[in-house]
This record gives sequence, C-alpha cells and structure tokens, in this order.
Amino acid sequence: MSDEFKIEIVNPEKSFLSKEDVNEVVVPAFEGEMGILKDHISIISFLKPGIITIQAKSGEEKYYVDDGIIEFKNNTLSILTSYILNLKDIEKNKLLELLKNAEEESNKPEISDQLKYLADQKVETLKSIN
Amino acid sequence: MASLDDLKKRITSVKSTQKITKAMKMVAAAKLKRAQDSAEKGRPYSEKMNNIILNLSSGISDKEAAPKLLSGSGKEQVHLCVVLTSDRGLCGGFNANIIKKAKSYFAKLNKEGKELKIITVGSKGNDQLKRVYGNKIIKNISFKNSKNANYFDAEKVGKIVIDKFEKEEFDICTIFYNQFKNVITQIPQAQQIIPLNTKSDDQNNSEDNYEFEPNEDEILSNLLPKNISTQIFKAMLENSASEQGARMSAMDNATRNAGEMVDKLTIEYNRSRQAAITKELIEIISGAESL
Repeated sequence: MSDEFKIEIVNPEKSFLSKEDVNEVVVPAFEGEMGILKDHISIISFLKPGIITIQAKSGEEKYYVDDGIIEFKNNTLSILTSYILNLKDIEKNKLLELLKNAEEESNKPEISDQLKYLADQKVETLKSIN
Repeated sequence: MASLDDLKKRITSVKSTQKITKAMKMVAAAKLKRAQDSAEKGRPYSEKMNNIILNLSSGISDKEAAPKLLSGSGKEQVHLCVVLTSDRGLCGGFNANIIKKAKSYFAKLNKEGKELKIITVGSKGNDQLKRVYGNKIIKNISFKNSKNANYFDAEKVGKIVIDKFEKEEFDICTIFYNQFKNVITQIPQAQQIIPLNTKSDDQNNSEDNYEFEPNEDEILSNLLPKNISTQIFKAMLENSASEQGARMSAMDNATRNAGEMVDKLTIEYNRSRQAAITKELIEIISGAESL
C-alpha cells in the first residue's frame, strides 16, 4: 500500500491547492511544528505564521501562511487559511513589505502577549525566507 | 396630438436610453460570470469552517464554559442586524427585497419589545432604511472603492461586529443578504451568526474522535471570530453575484421595454405624418376647386 494521502488548501477566495500524492506535510502548528504522515490520528489544530512544507511525489513545495486551521481526517488534510503564498513565486518587494508590517505590529506597545508572540513568529519566518 | 418634431425627439431619446441599458446589461453579464465564479470558489472554505466548528462544538463537554460567541450572552434583549446591500442602484428588486425582509424582521422585534441596532453595509440599504430606522443605525459601511468582494472587507465588518459583542452592546446578531439562486431568482436570507446556530440540517452524527492541539476551548475561541468574518464574506459573495444577476435581468427588461416603446412611437410618428400629408392635400384640392 502506498503511503500517500490527500491535501486540500483553501482560502476564502478559492480552493488554493489540491493534491493526492502527498507523503508528508510539515505545518507550523500553534504549539510547534508538526509533521503529518499517512494514517495520522484525526486532529484539529491551528497555525501560527510559518512555512508549510509539502513532500509529494511530484516534488517538494513550500508555502508561507499567516494563520490557519488544519483538520486531518480519513487521510485528508484540510488547511483553511486566510493568507497563503507560494515561496517559489513570492517577490522580494512583497516580502519586505510584509516584514515591515510585521515588525511594526510586534513593536506596538499595547499589544497582548499572544499577539506579540504571533507577530514575532511572523517576523522570524519572514526573515528566514529572505 | 404631439407635433412631429416632438415625436422624433422622443424616439431618439428612447433609443439612446435603450443603448445605455443594453450596455449595462452586457457589463452586468460579464461581471456576473466572475462574481458567480468567486461565489462558487468561496464555498468550500465556509463549508469546511462550518464542519470543523460543528465537530468541535459537539465535542465540547461543558456547555456553560463554551465561548460566548457560540453559546450567546444568555440574553435576547438587544438585536444587531447587519443588512448587506449594494452600492449601486438600477438592479431591479435586489435591494428592495433585502430591505423588505429586514423590515418585516424589525417589525417583529419591535412587537416583541426587543431593542434594535442596525449596521448597514452598502449605501443603498442605508438610503432606504434611514428614513424609518435612522436613529437605530449605528454604523454605515460602504465598500465603494473595492471592485470585487474581498476577504479583507469582510474581516473589517467582522471585527466591528465582534468588537461590539465583546463590549456587550448586543446579544444576537443576524445578517441579511440575497442568496444567489439563478439570474432571475435571488432569495433574501436572514442568517443568525451570533450565537452560532449549531443545529446542522444533515445529521452526520459520526462520533469522530479528534485530537485537539491545544485544547478545544482555545481552538474554538480562535476559530469563532474567524467564522463570523467567513460567514459575512460568504454573504458578500452571494450578494455580489445576486446583484449582477438582478441588474442583468432588470436591464434586459428595460431594453425590451424601450424597444416596444420605440415601435409604438414610430407607428404614432408615421400616422401623424400621414395625417399631415392628407390634410395638406385636402387643402390644396379644395383651394383649386374654389377657383
């Protein structure tokens, strides 16, 4: 039996990506990175800003996400996210703009701890892409 | 009877109106295609979101401790109604239908002695509601500058709603929008988003044993505000598809009516021209006879 499963990524505007030949997905879950393989237990979790890595038969793909919810059930991984970018066709200017916004966000004085944590994560991730 | 010149002028004016309505119909048809596409593409997201929330809320053990967005504030006194309409007119009964639905709901609330607050999205709804319910409208939001319905606009509305809920300014929130069925039919909808209606129509009572990371409550409280925005976004997408559909059929009707009018006016014009010629001939003949 093959160890491939299905992944679906949807954002509010459209179904972003759908693949059936995925071997492994690493997602930036809220409490740390999480690798998902076939026959993982059903799980619901949400994401912090970070990189989704998809290992598929057709190659490896990386995406940047702002936030999201993942649901894994019956060997289908659904990822709902409001903002997603393919690292391959991300532009330098766009990246810098995002980084600047994130830094501004994290430097706000009246920000709550959780938001601060998220913003810092965002800054770190964006820096690592650069 | 109007003079020949007048008739001629009227015919040209109706013809140019017809040209405009025809062009508007074409534009609406092109936009409809796009709006319909995005409405369809947006569906999986809101459906999935709904499913996850249903799974989560059925798994929640302590109903009392559930987030307020799900369980409500425990009261039903103050109702917030978000009325989604278009920013442009000339789209048939589109706005009127939503307003009618909303108004009958308002009247019901009034009868029950409930307090009412209104947020209007789109300027047309505001125009129509402010005459009667002007003092109830607490905010008017308009996205005239955004070309298509987009998620960020929906998020803005969602944030306002959640913010007001956290300040306990209302207990129950309902959104009004038109659901797109087809080009001719749009169904005005009233959908309650706070507290969330968790009774699903299709019972899929599969006892899924999910693992949650972090725990259910935290995920729920993170998810519910997002769901509000998602529901509003879905309503906005449906609305924009409906608006274009309604405009298309309204403009189609207008074009046809203008065509009929031109035909009628042309017949009248020809008749009165004929009458004038006949009159002149009679005058000439009787003038010649009298010589």
